[in-house]
Amino acid sequence: MPNPSPRRVLVVMPAWNEEQTVGATVLEVRRCAPDASILVVNDGSTDRTSEAARQAGAMVVDLPINLGVGGALRTGYRFALRHGHDVAIQVDADGQHDPAQIGRLLATMDDEGADIVIGSRFAGAGDYEVHGPRQWAMKLLSTVLSRVTRTRLTDTTSGFKACGPAAIALFAADYPAEYLGDTVESLVVAARAGLRVRQVAVTMRERAGGRPSHRPFRAAVFLGRAILALLIALSRPATAPITHEGTA
Amino acid sequence: MSGYVFALALTVIVLVMLFLLMRRRRMREKYAAVWIVLALAVVVLGVFPRLAVWLAALVGVETPVNLVFAVAFVVLLLVCIQLSVEVSGLEEETRTIAEELSLLRFEVEHHVEASGPTREASSSSDPA
Repeated sequence: MPNPSPRRVLVVMPAWNEEQTVGATVLEVRRCAPDASILVVNDGSTDRTSEAARQAGAMVVDLPINLGVGGALRTGYRFALRHGHDVAIQVDADGQHDPAQIGRLLATMDDEGADIVIGSRFAGAGDYEVHGPRQWAMKLLSTVLSRVTRTRLTDTTSGFKACGPAAIALFAADYPAEYLGDTVESLVVAARAGLRVRQVAVTMRERAGGRPSHRPFRAAVFLGRAILALLIALSRPATAPITHEGTA
Repeated sequence: MSGYVFALALTVIVLVMLFLLMRRRRMREKYAAVWIVLALAVVVLGVFPRLAVWLAALVGVETPVNLVFAVAFVVLLLVCIQLSVEVSGLEEETRTIAEELSLLRFEVEHHVEASGPTREASSSSDPA
């Protein structure tokens, strides 16, 4: 694909049974970021996600089995590494993330010299709100991870992120497949590797499809699992990024 | 005494079963090792029942059979944990292979597209 700017941007979109939304999301990304390549990682969908994404003009990688978000994203980072992309941007296929804000992520990356920029829902823009155990869990995660990454983070479970070359190399080697691994643990991994993490306020939309999980019991389970994931991630030693292809 | 014979017979059956499984490569040695050691331990205990009494007195357990049960319980627990570890390793391996496979398939599809439809390779397999 011809690319006028020196920076090659790849939008990575993990999708599992999102045939209703993935096409529209891809088209929207193409409109908002015409220079970026778009890779949809079809995470073992049983519906027509793959076809919908192809029709919308995205490159599609089909995983033969459902690996979960972590597996789909590591596939995306390996793709970015192998095809020489400088920036990888995670965008959800369900339309929750506004592709118009990709520019903000990239600008923040340049301005602050960051390796990872998180699009935060709680940093001022928009009116995204949660309550109860889920809110406590998010508070706890923000507090601990802000300390670990030595910067103020308000939304550590956001899946809207931009990663620079160093982060791509690191995540191609080690992107956790555990529950919350794709958000919480990956930040710990990045901080341990000495990467610079920053955030920028973004507005989120209601999901075009699927439903958010706001039920209290599930939220309490989420809190417990968040604590466990944090404790284990923090006790782990640092990992080295891929320096030569083929060693992973 | 017949109780000991019974125990011995059971142990022999287990050992033979393990041997057959390994012979047919249905089980690898690294998993059989624990069970072989365990079966041999039962044989030793069956032949020398006084050993259990002596061991129980040594560690301060009043009824020897309770010591046997406790040890058996711990060993089974360890085996279960070992299996969980192995399954986790397998899952990680499967994950890596699945990722590689999908990336390679992407390369192949694009290679075929780029080099033109010389043969009908592009229409062979579509994902589910």
